[in-house]
Amino acid sequence: MIRETPFHPRTSVANQTGLWSHWSGYLATDRYQMSDKFEYFAIRNSAAVIDTSPLYKYRIMGSDSERFLAGVLARDIRKCRPGQAHYTVWCDDDGWVVEDGVILRFSDDEFLLTAAEPNMAYLQDLAGRMAVEIVDVSEDYGALALQGPYAREILKQLAPEMEEIGYFHLTPAKVGDAAVTISRTGYTGDLGYEIWVDRDDAVGVWDTLFEVASPYGVIPAGQTALLIARIEAGLVLIDVDFHSSRYAWNDDQRTTPHELGLGWMLRNLESDDRAFIGRSAIERELAEGTSRWRTVGVMVDYEDWNRVYGERSLIPPKDHTPEHGGMMIYDDRLERIGYTPSFVYSPMVQRHVGIARVRPEHAEPGSEVGLEVTIDHRYDVVKANVTLLPFYNPPRKTA
Amino acid sequence: MAVKKKYDAIVIGGGHNGLVNGSYLAKAGLDTVILERRHLVGGAAITEELYPGFSFTTFSYALSLLRPEIIHELELTKHGFMPLLMPSTFAPTEDGEYLLLGQDKNENHHEIARHSPHDADAYDAYGHMMEQVVHAIRPLMDSIPPDITSKDPEERARMAAIGSYLADLPPGVLHDMIRLLTGSAADILEDYFESELMQGLHASSGIIGTKVGPRSQGSGLVLLYHSFGEHDGAYGAWAFHKGGNGGFTQVLARAAESFGVEIRLESPVDHVVTKNGRATGVVLEDGTELQAKTVVSAVDPRRTFMDLVDPRELPSDLVDNIRRFKFQGTSAKVNFALDANPTYPGLEGRSDQYRGFVNMGPSLDYLERAYDDAKYGWYSQKPYIDGCIQSNVDPDMAPPGKAVMSCFIQYAPYHLKNGDWDEERDRFGDRVQKTLEGFFPGFSDLVLHREVVTPLDIERVVGLTEGNIFAGEFLAPQMFFFRPAPGWNQYRTPIEGYYQCGSGTHPGGCVMGAPGRFASQQILGDLKKKK
Repeated sequence: MIRETPFHPRTSVANQTGLWSHWSGYLATDRYQMSDKFEYFAIRNSAAVIDTSPLYKYRIMGSDSERFLAGVLARDIRKCRPGQAHYTVWCDDDGWVVEDGVILRFSDDEFLLTAAEPNMAYLQDLAGRMAVEIVDVSEDYGALALQGPYAREILKQLAPEMEEIGYFHLTPAKVGDAAVTISRTGYTGDLGYEIWVDRDDAVGVWDTLFEVASPYGVIPAGQTALLIARIEAGLVLIDVDFHSSRYAWNDDQRTTPHELGLGWMLRNLESDDRAFIGRSAIERELAEGTSRWRTVGVMVDYEDWNRVYGERSLIPPKDHTPEHGGMMIYDDRLERIGYTPSFVYSPMVQRHVGIARVRPEHAEPGSEVGLEVTIDHRYDVVKANVTLLPFYNPPRKTA
Repeated sequence: MAVKKKYDAIVIGGGHNGLVNGSYLAKAGLDTVILERRHLVGGAAITEELYPGFSFTTFSYALSLLRPEIIHELELTKHGFMPLLMPSTFAPTEDGEYLLLGQDKNENHHEIARHSPHDADAYDAYGHMMEQVVHAIRPLMDSIPPDITSKDPEERARMAAIGSYLADLPPGVLHDMIRLLTGSAADILEDYFESELMQGLHASSGIIGTKVGPRSQGSGLVLLYHSFGEHDGAYGAWAFHKGGNGGFTQVLARAAESFGVEIRLESPVDHVVTKNGRATGVVLEDGTELQAKTVVSAVDPRRTFMDLVDPRELPSDLVDNIRRFKFQGTSAKVNFALDANPTYPGLEGRSDQYRGFVNMGPSLDYLERAYDDAKYGWYSQKPYIDGCIQSNVDPDMAPPGKAVMSCFIQYAPYHLKNGDWDEERDRFGDRVQKTLEGFFPGFSDLVLHREVVTPLDIERVVGLTEGNIFAGEFLAPQMFFFRPAPGWNQYRTPIEGYYQCGSGTHPGGCVMGAPGRFASQQILGDLKKKK
């Protein structure tokens, strides 16, 4: 039986389209209203509420929990102080990415790790005899993201204690009568927060939030709106932009943090004395320069896009619906040099953009590449340029 | 510090076309100044906080025709360009019936079918016809037209090329195009739709800004013109720019400054200085003289040719044509700060119907009767109203829970027979409010503040002759080859170095930017030839 998130009594009413997808075994709304683009604009222009409860959540406690996580996670958890959060990856022995997730640190020895896939056995096996307790609390909490320029102004009316928290920080707070954790995290690349709430209090928090938020034009946003925003924000998605090394069949399906554009998590490795899983492989990769890919942005040349459609007497489409696939990328000799797992027409950038994987020699921003498009069942190649990620990065995100 | 007196190019008027033109000139390396008479740029595309917390789009209020090339070439997204989707169109009536169209094709089908199953199908056919015509005519709109009076072989060849282009179109598309360009909106719409509400909703695009009724020949052209635009590739779709159209012109101003344009506010130009038939600069009203070899007028044709220069320096046929050029503004605005969204009978508690245009013109008869008043020299006793409650799309426009409503009103003829706009202002505002009350019972109780903008105000404040919002009527003899006058439709003037780039030039009005862009191409091309 498909499961319902703790907010389902409200999302099921708000969902006027009847369109749901299955996310980790839970019903998740694709779009609440007839216009997913309007929901997207709520994220960029007012604020949108997104039910992210289906994420797996693991509470990690015990006197060895920091030591444990320092060995498991690629990013140095010791630098994540209580009241902070990290976006991190964890790797296997060969330095391939297993998964990514956000970890919240409540105290010296209490953490909450979120993940898109189940990781209980993986983590427990690694814990061995360390003084660490790992509890799957996925069912215990609802998570509600409030993302957009008005997010702070709205939330501070409910929980003044959150007003000052910085980017990737968190605070205990109360929303109505409910004790919650508010973290300044999200998947939109905008100013935004996530509210972590006991499942029994979830509906009350939804109601309290909307009471304050509705006059600001805040609406619930579904998965499509979120996925547009995440491509603009250059945030990678498992099973789209990369695959877990645990379930890959060959190394073509695997990727390293550096190849995935997450090398920044491992900055200053030389001054980091941790022995974490994958470290030596990653060091070898860096020393020998064996990275096969770079993750970059590609931005389509608008004139050439108009040309390829114009030549077939078609109106050039500017479709904001994300395409998760793999449009091929070519160099000027039509040699294949990469692909774009995630592609969308960005309303904010006013261009077609993609998160792309290209060979390192083609990764320089500004490099001209060709992107394969299919028009009326025929292939064509449209000009595009390599860019830095993210495509959209408003100062308010971190301000 | 001495005030700078010498530039490569002077642009007169900081409306959107002046800003676009100045940006392109500066981007090409010209030392450019834009002179704006008022304390803010934007011309008729401004947003003002006229009541605390409420942002009014005093004049122009929505965006569609802006040429996409301008967004990219002037890098507007770097400066905050943000056209917000308007996901709905609401057509209320005075008896509680309504039509609410949204983004889902099939839901629209069912909604229209409530009124007419025939029209539900015809809606798609109509949309496809319009898209095909727009697609076909776009290359003509998106290029500088030939000079029909010229004997230059190159111009003649361009004329011939247009003939060939049209001849190559599918015959049905060409015929539909001609029907639109020459016929009435009603003739076309009655072919497709039987529901009065559908006819009225679509016919309103055929009258906006123009002194025609939906049954007048020529309203088809206006209908087609308003469909030229797009929002992210959706032809004919409109958007609210973040912060209103004033938000958009502020984006343009930032882009202009990023290319090095100097914007001088409160700098009204008295006249253009000419010497031996060529422009050498301008004199401001305060007597300051600024020099430049290129002077561009972004104001309307009447001011460009009759006020800024001495008409005696111009060929008499041009002066005659400009004298005959029809302005006859017919539109007004009444804008409201509201305590809350209006309530529509049967849709109590909902606000999703207010996320786009609210079209108060429920039938062809309604619109035509509104026009009848204007024909005989008075404003409509029951006007057509295009309402936009922008705060439902952009929360920055009004305090939380409150609403700001822009109402475009037609008809409000500039020339009132036996009357005076300053005396009629309040009575006119009351008339509009009473009409709104008919659609939204209880409307008046919500009004916190009202701003009435008459055609005379448009002329006084923005400088548009007779308050014509397009800087000259959209009538066939005033378009394409003839905008603003035969022989002078390519942004040049008889005075060397003096150019025109306002909405009175091809393609025309609306927040489009094409005149400013094309004029810059001519100017830069001419400068290159001289080198």
